[in-house]
Amino acid sequence: MNNYIIGLIKKKIRPDGRTFLEHRKINITKDPSKYAEGSVIVELGKTKVAVGVKMGIGEPFKDTPNEGILITSAEFVPFASKEFEPGPPSPDAIELARVVDRGIRESKAVDLEKLCIKEGEKVWMVFVDIYVLNHDGNLIDAAGIGAIAALLNAKIPKLDENEEIVHGEYQGELPVVKKPVPVTFYKIADQIIVDPTKEEEDAAEARLTIIFNDDGNIVGMQKELPGYWTVDEIKSCIETGKRLSSKIRSEVLSK
Amino acid sequence: MGEVLFQEGDIVLPGDTVAKGMDLLPARGTYRDGEEIVATNIGILKRRDNIINVIPLFGPYVPRVGDQVIGKVIEVGYSHWVVDIGTPYPAVLLVKDGVSEYVDLEKVSLDRFYKKGDLIVARILKKEDPTFIRITTRGPGLKKLTGGKIIEITPYKIPRLIGKEGSMVNMIKNKTNTNIIAGQNGWVWISGDPLDELKAAKAIEIIENQAHTQGLTEKVEKFLGGEK
Amino acid sequence: MSYEKRFDGRAFDELRPIDIKIGVIKNAKGSAMFKIGDTIAIAGVMGPKEVHPKHLRNPEKGILQVHYDMMSFSVSDRARPGPDRRDIELSKVIKNALEPALILNDLPETGVYLYVYILQANAGTRCAAVCASSLALAHAGIPMKDLVPAVAAGKVADKIVLDLSKEEEDHPEGATDMAIAMVPRGEKITLLTMDGNISDKELRQALEYAKKGCMQIYKLQKEALRKFLKGEEK
Repeated sequence: MNNYIIGLIKKKIRPDGRTFLEHRKINITKDPSKYAEGSVIVELGKTKVAVGVKMGIGEPFKDTPNEGILITSAEFVPFASKEFEPGPPSPDAIELARVVDRGIRESKAVDLEKLCIKEGEKVWMVFVDIYVLNHDGNLIDAAGIGAIAALLNAKIPKLDENEEIVHGEYQGELPVVKKPVPVTFYKIADQIIVDPTKEEEDAAEARLTIIFNDDGNIVGMQKELPGYWTVDEIKSCIETGKRLSSKIRSEVLSK
Repeated sequence: MGEVLFQEGDIVLPGDTVAKGMDLLPARGTYRDGEEIVATNIGILKRRDNIINVIPLFGPYVPRVGDQVIGKVIEVGYSHWVVDIGTPYPAVLLVKDGVSEYVDLEKVSLDRFYKKGDLIVARILKKEDPTFIRITTRGPGLKKLTGGKIIEITPYKIPRLIGKEGSMVNMIKNKTNTNIIAGQNGWVWISGDPLDELKAAKAIEIIENQAHTQGLTEKVEKFLGGEK
Repeated sequence: MSYEKRFDGRAFDELRPIDIKIGVIKNAKGSAMFKIGDTIAIAGVMGPKEVHPKHLRNPEKGILQVHYDMMSFSVSDRARPGPDRRDIELSKVIKNALEPALILNDLPETGVYLYVYILQANAGTRCAAVCASSLALAHAGIPMKDLVPAVAAGKVADKIVLDLSKEEEDHPEGATDMAIAMVPRGEKITLLTMDGNISDKELRQALEYAKKGCMQIYKLQKEALRKFLKGEEK
């Protein structure tokens, strides 16, 4: 019902009464899954995303022999939306995983150098696996917030004398030193809003995800959908995004 | 003489034995298992003489000939339109069922009457083949809709939304100053000022979530009387 | 060595604690979360909808398609996202457990699609999946003859037990684990998988334990549905 949403937005009204730059209530449930090294379920309105962190042991990349490896994946569970089909990840799911990964990687949120077990031979692999359980808009922000929340909650498994993982025992917290937060802006009828419901998202012409670090720096950007952004609009989004990401960080990501 | 094991209006669950006796007849939402009549759905028990019905509270729309439905045109063909009415396979509106005047298909594109994205009120003509449900827009009250918004509720709750002789839906219309057309397929069209449409939609949401409870009319009245 | 006391202190014929929530996935037509001990399954139903590919369509009645998968972090050793061979086998087994209880004659040419994911795994995952799925199908309004409860029973060291935990499955003296799903009306068993090594007398006892366990779960499933319907009255 795009015309309906466009009509409301032109009148500066959103169906649920929020202002254009207001997020829905964010709810984070910690540790929904006890065999994960860290896990959360994020609810952003009716959007529901589960994120789990698993740690494994592997060989480091040749050019970074003393750094751990971060791998992010996302699955759009078919019951989350009529539009999701079973099967391998769609381009949307892959893009979401890669954008969330970018934010964590570029901000150096996880101190990968602390995840070396034996230089050149063994390092910790940090798997961040995202499952979208209910789609009511703004999946990237929900997943991004969930990913960093899960990492903040994650522990490093203990190793035995053969340097193998001892299940159920831990040697400390995963070193997470930054909290990157994505804020995605959506353009509907030339108005800019954040955190749309699915209904609003369907009426959007353009999308811009900006990932902010704790110090207000930008550590990732992605423009999606066929519409466009003017330079002034982008500057305005950055301004607003700094403020909103900071608010989200203090409200839901304080440990 | 058979016995009914629940009260009229009780909620029953699939697998519940709702009645016993060979003289009672299992109708909607039930089946016979030997002497017993068993519910197949979560629903409300309703009995008429010796006929036992369970009216489901949840479930997909099952089209019946004569049903008034709301649909959205998803494709304009050469001599027909394809219309989404929420069924697994979309419905088909043949040109002769969509237009009362003569149409020269060589000269005129069906776009002229209904375009992709248009909302219509239609009636089910034929439904034997679920992959080829035929609808018509020729008849009283059937037409193209302009503006407004559509919300979807469980088809089984439409009678509750309409109310006895339209009492419930008329109350919502009056108190929100909107026009509302409810389709048997669970699609409901609301038209008015955006904020009024929102309020009407919220009232309908209350009905959707609490159709099986007591005091529903009062709850909806209270909600509508409240704000504004 | 005799298995005198269960690791978690339960009686040999006692189920782990169970928690059920209906309607957990708003966009699904029907959904449910079923938790037994430390195993959690989330099921969501989509459809009935058009069936692809065409050759799977049945002009006489609807079909049920099941997709079972474990979330990567549901287990100690990460499971790569996406279905593996075990997931594919269980999808089929679960479908065959639920279909006999469904009445799909009024949904010809269409498919009911059931997706069940394991959020946390500690044995009994296929049974939890069936329990969650049956509730999700009822919530979706798919007509059925009855709900379908499921549970595992078997032998741990020298004792017959109901509802094995993972620790019991991994018992150093060995364990036999048999999963069953049962349509209570007529006590019809629609899922039966077993691995281990057990005498027929012991198997029969395990079967009795499992039947009892199923009936207890059936009662809890119904209670959960009633509670859900009441909860809607706010």
